[in-house]
Amino acid sequence: MSDLFLKPDSNVRIAVRDLNFYYGRFHAIKNVSMDVQSNKVTAFIGPSGCGKSTLLRTFNRLHELYPQNRATGEILLDGRNVLDPREDPTLLRARVGMVFQKPTPFPMSIYDNIAFGVRLYERLNPRQMDERVEWALTKAALWNEVKDKLNQSGNGLSGGQQQRLCIARCIAIKPEVILLDEPCSALDPISTAHIEELVHDLKEDYTVVIVTHNMQQAARVSDYTAYMYLGELIEFDETDKIFTKPNQKATEDYITGKFG
Amino acid sequence: MRHATPAIRRIYNRRRRLNRINMAMSALGMGFGLFWLAWILFTLVRYGFEALTWKLLSQSTPPPGSDGGLLNAIVGSVMMAGTATLIGTPVGVLAGTYLAEYGRRGWIAPATRFINDILLSAPSIVLGLFIYTVYVARVGHFSGFAGALALSLIVIPVVVRTTDDMLKLVPDSLREAAIALGAPKWKMVTRVSYRAARTGIATGVLLAVARISGETAPLLFTALNNQFLSHDMNAPMANLPVVIFQFAMSPYDDWHKIAWGGAILITLSVLGINILARLLFRQRNS
Repeated sequence: MSDLFLKPDSNVRIAVRDLNFYYGRFHAIKNVSMDVQSNKVTAFIGPSGCGKSTLLRTFNRLHELYPQNRATGEILLDGRNVLDPREDPTLLRARVGMVFQKPTPFPMSIYDNIAFGVRLYERLNPRQMDERVEWALTKAALWNEVKDKLNQSGNGLSGGQQQRLCIARCIAIKPEVILLDEPCSALDPISTAHIEELVHDLKEDYTVVIVTHNMQQAARVSDYTAYMYLGELIEFDETDKIFTKPNQKATEDYITGKFG
Repeated sequence: MRHATPAIRRIYNRRRRLNRINMAMSALGMGFGLFWLAWILFTLVRYGFEALTWKLLSQSTPPPGSDGGLLNAIVGSVMMAGTATLIGTPVGVLAGTYLAEYGRRGWIAPATRFINDILLSAPSIVLGLFIYTVYVARVGHFSGFAGALALSLIVIPVVVRTTDDMLKLVPDSLREAAIALGAPKWKMVTRVSYRAARTGIATGVLLAVARISGETAPLLFTALNNQFLSHDMNAPMANLPVVIFQFAMSPYDDWHKIAWGGAILITLSVLGINILARLLFRQRNS
């Protein structure tokens, strides 16, 4: 039934094929196959523990940091399987950026927070670096708030600003895909609105995948929505369809709040 | 709120009584501890302050019956403690980094951590004997370098432990964020983890320096002592703790005075280092 979610004719950026994931003995993701569309926002929703964050963290192989974790199957990024051990995970991560649930500014200045990732793969002269930092912060809608204090520590910013700093840091290395793991769950409503606007703008240039607990958020920002439950992909379709007339009864129950 | 019935009042009164008793006991305990500490410091200041003269800092240890100071011992102590820190800090930081950043799987790191904790609490005289056996006895003479080696064996476990602890305080979310940008692990460690933990690690190094500046036992069999001012690390070297030990045991009054002067010098420098360490740590937490 997972074949239902494949749309071979469309503009696919990430193709997941028969993905299984194990935390030690625990089978956290079961036979998931899906196509993530290029330059669209795809949302993963589902109750806590359904595997949506786990799925996201296989896209940049972040799960490999922990020895008990194991993924089988294929994740094709532009046709190449990123799970292949011969693929270099650091190069992959430079192409697939990620923003986390809690803001994670590095203990350094706002400027250096942005420059850190850029310096890993590019040699820029100081003027080019200044331009890149300004560009990334502008894209993340943070430039006007921080342009006079680029040398101050990133830890001094508010939670919402820190999260936009992390988005800017992610954009600065010009990735192709941006993974957002519940980016607003630690933020107040105004900061959340900022980030949601930002997500909407980001899809012009990037493919965005967002994990969220908040169904209204998924409905507001995404083009496609995947509903997961107990490690299985229950339904994956255009967001409008998922939220108005889902195919599965389980999806409808979750969306309408009967459960979860 | 419920009206206080007699039963509740009884419970409340009993708790208040218990609280008073416990408060009194802990205040008494604190007073007992502070009393001895204050007495030690008082004695030290009383006898030591008058010995703190320019001569103490400018002249070397005297033969019996004549005047002198502690210049050779101060120079020796600073040189040996400095060398020990230079040896112990890189070894300790690297080992601590391994434990916290690289040793997450397997048994090597837990075993190393356990052995390091034993080394941390090993009697310092054992460390001195060890260096005596493996170094002094082989080369055939006491030396400042041997003293520095013995002291570095005290520095290493302290620095390993603090580096390990401070790196473990760095949240994994920061490491994940660095890795997710495509940083290789060594860059994540040097640019992000060290940066987040650097004041904590520096504090650990300072505390190690404070710890070794008063150690006598490891120097007895290694650096021994020297009557004269010497900068030769390959020869026996004077140092404050051993001089204090010898002069305090002597029958001469002016030697006693110099010993008191040395004691207060060590105490003041340890105090200074501790204050510096606290200031550093506070800066990190603000």
